[in-house]
Amino acid sequence: MAIKRMGSQTVKLLNPPAIISASSIVGPKEGQGPLASYFDKILQDDMFGEDSWEKAESKMMKEAVRGAVDKVDLKIPDINYLLGGDLLNQLMSTSFAARDLQIPFYGLYGACSTMAEALGLAAMLVDGGFADRCIATTSSHFSSAERQFRFPLELGNQRALTSQWTVTGSGAALVANNNEGPYITHITTGKVIDYGIVDANNMGAAMAPAAADTIGRHFDDTSQLPEDYDLIITGDLGRYGRDIASDLLKTKGYEVVKNFTDCGIEIFDWKKQDTHAGGSGCGCSAVVFCGYLFKQLREMKLNKILLVSTGALFSPTSAQQGESIPCIAHAVTIESKKMN
Amino acid sequence: MQKKKQTVQNKKYQQYVEKNSPKPDYFRNCIWAFLVGGLISTIGQFIHNQIEKRMGLSHLDATNATILVMIFIGALLTGIGVYDVIGKKAGAGSIVPITGFANSIVSPAMEFKREGFIFGVASKMFILAGPVLVYGITSSVIVGVIYYFIK
Repeated sequence: MAIKRMGSQTVKLLNPPAIISASSIVGPKEGQGPLASYFDKILQDDMFGEDSWEKAESKMMKEAVRGAVDKVDLKIPDINYLLGGDLLNQLMSTSFAARDLQIPFYGLYGACSTMAEALGLAAMLVDGGFADRCIATTSSHFSSAERQFRFPLELGNQRALTSQWTVTGSGAALVANNNEGPYITHITTGKVIDYGIVDANNMGAAMAPAAADTIGRHFDDTSQLPEDYDLIITGDLGRYGRDIASDLLKTKGYEVVKNFTDCGIEIFDWKKQDTHAGGSGCGCSAVVFCGYLFKQLREMKLNKILLVSTGALFSPTSAQQGESIPCIAHAVTIESKKMN
Repeated sequence: MQKKKQTVQNKKYQQYVEKNSPKPDYFRNCIWAFLVGGLISTIGQFIHNQIEKRMGLSHLDATNATILVMIFIGALLTGIGVYDVIGKKAGAGSIVPITGFANSIVSPAMEFKREGFIFGVASKMFILAGPVLVYGITSSVIVGVIYYFIK
């Protein structure tokens, strides 16, 4: 009998692992957004001195991982596992970063849900006694994602109002057994949910049911209520997806309005920055968590949050074959204090 | 049974999304498309008139020369990063004229240069324009055959 399980999809970590450091790095556009002051490094040039966007993305991830390790005066060999992923085919950015970092590596693909997935798995490895220190990291890059999923940058087309803007950035969090928080206390693993949305320009609507399902399941499993949280923050539903998810949660009997937002909404000023529905991509919840939320938790301005990274598990091939978009959301509870 | 129930739920959700999704301002978009498309066409006509008058070409030859000039302008504006800015406002107004066709070829060619000149530039160049060429040329052949018989 697994003693750490609660309900159908949640685990409670008995020795909650701490996030001992976090590092974030973003592109120029994110650096003009409302959260700019929270990021560790803002690039002036989204090529980052490399000769392709994919390599630039990989370099961002390397820098983020090194940044997180340096902050607590550790060395790369002190890290037991690297858990990470990105949006590109065969996890190009992450694999190349892992090649250079030489940390034992688990590559994860959960599309934009990867940050919460990586954090959850890292916490389970540490709580389970399989590792002392793990890095959870993800990255995305606007230009590398556009060319894989959408159109060339210089094409003169119009973006749909529901479309989102892939965040250029990478975040890395170092999870370890430690007495200084914040702590990861619960993990709710999502199921793949597909309500038959086909439009890849409306990922918020495609992902909202997955987010609502995971959040609702989390409350059911842990017998908590939305009011128990200072903040419930989804990964990249955008403005329209957030409203849909909130409506869907209402039908499940959970009222989430006040303390419910989305990393994609927070990272850009959609009116000024022309990002339509908001930010998206693996990097979106990574940099918002590792930059903004982590510091808020450290300073005790937030005491308990539910980070729900949301991912649309489609590919250019599945979209061209007319398949709908399967989506997933993973939730992790992060508390600033240990409650025992 | 399970599957059928699921589809009803999906349909309901899709209708709900459809209803709640923001709609683009079609009227404003049409005005922009009309103005920019008209402007591009007017420039084209001006060039056509000048070529016909100054270079002493026949009407048809001047048309071909104008197309070349317009394609060059479209490619140049794509290369210096202006055409996508125009296209963002104008939509179909800058896609439908031949400058838009040039944009659809030059933009992937630029984008995929890093994958090399053979599998990058040369093969990706037509990812957007390819279908237009295939169906454009095919339909012109079909129309030509029909025309031959009913003439």
